[in-house]
Formats: sequence, structure tokens, C-alpha cells
Amino acid sequence: MRTLDQTTQEVVDLASKHFNVPAGSLAPSDDFFKKLGIDSLQALELLSRLENHFGIELPDYEVQGVSDFRTLAERIQSRL
Amino acid sequence: MKSFSGKALRWEWRDGVVEVTLDREPANEIGTILLGELEQFVAAVKSFESETAVCIIHSAQKRGFSAGADLRELYRGAIALPEKERNAGVRSFVEKSHEIANAIDAAPFVTIAAVHGVCFGGGLELALACDIIIADKMARFAFPELRLGLIPGFGGIPRLKRDLGNAFVRDLLLTGRSVNAARAQTVGLVAQLAGEGEALKVARATAAQITKFDATTRAVAKKFIKPIPYAELKQEVEIFCGLFARPAVLAALKKFVESTDAMPYLP
Repeated sequence: MRTLDQTTQEVVDLASKHFNVPAGSLAPSDDFFKKLGIDSLQALELLSRLENHFGIELPDYEVQGVSDFRTLAERIQSRL
Repeated sequence: MKSFSGKALRWEWRDGVVEVTLDREPANEIGTILLGELEQFVAAVKSFESETAVCIIHSAQKRGFSAGADLRELYRGAIALPEKERNAGVRSFVEKSHEIANAIDAAPFVTIAAVHGVCFGGGLELALACDIIIADKMARFAFPELRLGLIPGFGGIPRLKRDLGNAFVRDLLLTGRSVNAARAQTVGLVAQLAGEGEALKVARATAAQITKFDATTRAVAKKFIKPIPYAELKQEVEIFCGLFARPAVLAALKKFVESTDAMPYLP
């Protein structure tokens, strides 16, 4: 079982790779919309990437209003 | 020459396969231009349908197959008209979309939707009119219409009901959530999964297999296994138009169009 810290790091790493942003420039508390400069459709790309990676389904309504990596990781953790 | 290049799509026929490429920025929103060019395609393909084994519909837009109806156009068109004309205009648009989807659904050749990225609302309804959906593993599917106080209006519910278990249909419709390609394949919405960026390639390989079969047998088999739910489709038009006439829908469209929310696409 992953810890929340591990999940958070994987979320950050996946976002970094998907949007081609240096992982070192992203922190768990960052607002990923602002930090990555992404819009709603790109957020859905990230959601697909995360679901495929973690082998889970994360309904959109569970992540509505979520904008930082740590909270996103918490939502994922509850589905692992 | 069997080809066309318009403002929202282009198509080209080659060796029994016609490929329709949706290509309207930002995400193939279905408005009057895209719908009009789809209507032209459906009319044109009739003249060479006997020589056509497969039609592949796909998108050249990076963001996906289609994000659905052009809500901005719909809203701006609606507020510019008095109520009676507004409702008549929406009915005309919806009826046209049904004619197009029904023609694609009933085509004597095999239709394949090669999907990547978002396939939402009207985009999903277009894909559902096709015989086979091949999806990139990053594709996502949703019917977010309920957040606007509407139901899908281009034939989505009857076609989804035809193909899938009602429990999933209710989940998709009543929550408005989007599902990934793996889930869509598990429930039977997606026939084949493709790697990232490979849906069109897989669709072409599938088309190459389909073209080997006898055209009459193929058409008869399709008609037998894929009945078109005309009565429910007509019912859907009435329900959609009835819902659209409510002030709450215009208010919801206004909210969507004017939204500065980071995730307006999410229900």
C-alpha cells in the first residue's frame, strides 16, 4: 500500500512528465492549474493519466474544486 | 474525385474506405458549420455508398474527438431570438442532428469512430451512431448535459440503451461523470482499445479486415444486429425541446458561457 507521500510524489511526477515541466519545480501544495498553466480539458488528460497509472476510477465530481497535488493525491488514495 | 475539404471537416474516399476528419478548433464543438458539413457528407456519400465498405470518423484536433455541442453558439443564437423562434430554431437543429446520426447509423457500410481525448455530449452521440468505437487509452467519455438542465439531444440515450446495460447508462447520464477508455471498454461502449495516438491506425487496420467481406452480407448483418430505435429517438427530440424551453436552461447556458471556472467542462 502506498503512503500518501508516495502517491503525492507519483502524481507530481506524472504531471511533470505529461506537461513537460521539470519535476523539481512542482511542490505538493502547488495549484496545478496555475503552476502547469492548464485548462479544463488538459485537467481531464491528467485525470486519465492518473487513472491509468493507478488503475482506479476517479469520478470528476470527486476532484471538482481540487487544485493542488496533495489533495488530488488524497482523493486517489481513497480509491486505492 | 471523392473528397471534400470544408471549414470544420474534410473527407476522402480511397479504395472502399472513406475517412472523415473532424477539424474545428478548439475541440470540434458541434455547431451549425460542423453539423452542416456532416449533412453534406451524408448526402454526398449516398452517391458512392455501393463502392464503400467502411467509413472512419476521427479528429485532427489534439484535444479530442469532440467536446460536444457548441454551447457558446447555442447560447448566443438563443438569446438573439424571441422565445417562440428560439424554440423552433433549437428543434430544427436537433432534428437535423438526428437525421445525420440516423443516416450514419443506417449506412450500408461499416462505420468506425476512432476516438482520442474528449468524446463528450454530442461528440459521444456521433460516435454512438457508428458501428464500432476504437479508443485511444487516454480517451474520455461523458454526457454532461444534465448540468445544463438538459438531456443529450442528438440521439444519445436511445443509442446508449441499445448498446449497453441500463445501470451504466444511468450512472453516466445521472452523474454526468466522465469515464476513461478502459472503463468504457469494460462496459461495452468501446470495442477496441488503442495505444496513445494509435486509434486511427487501429481503425485503418480494422477497416482493411472489414473490406475483405461480401458487401451484401455485411449490410444484412449490420441491419440485423443493429436495429435503430426510431420511436425512442423521436421521443428524445420531444423531451429535449420541452426541457430547452425552460428559462433555467438559458440561465445554465449563460453560466457556462460566462464561467471563469478552471473546469467548466466538469459537471
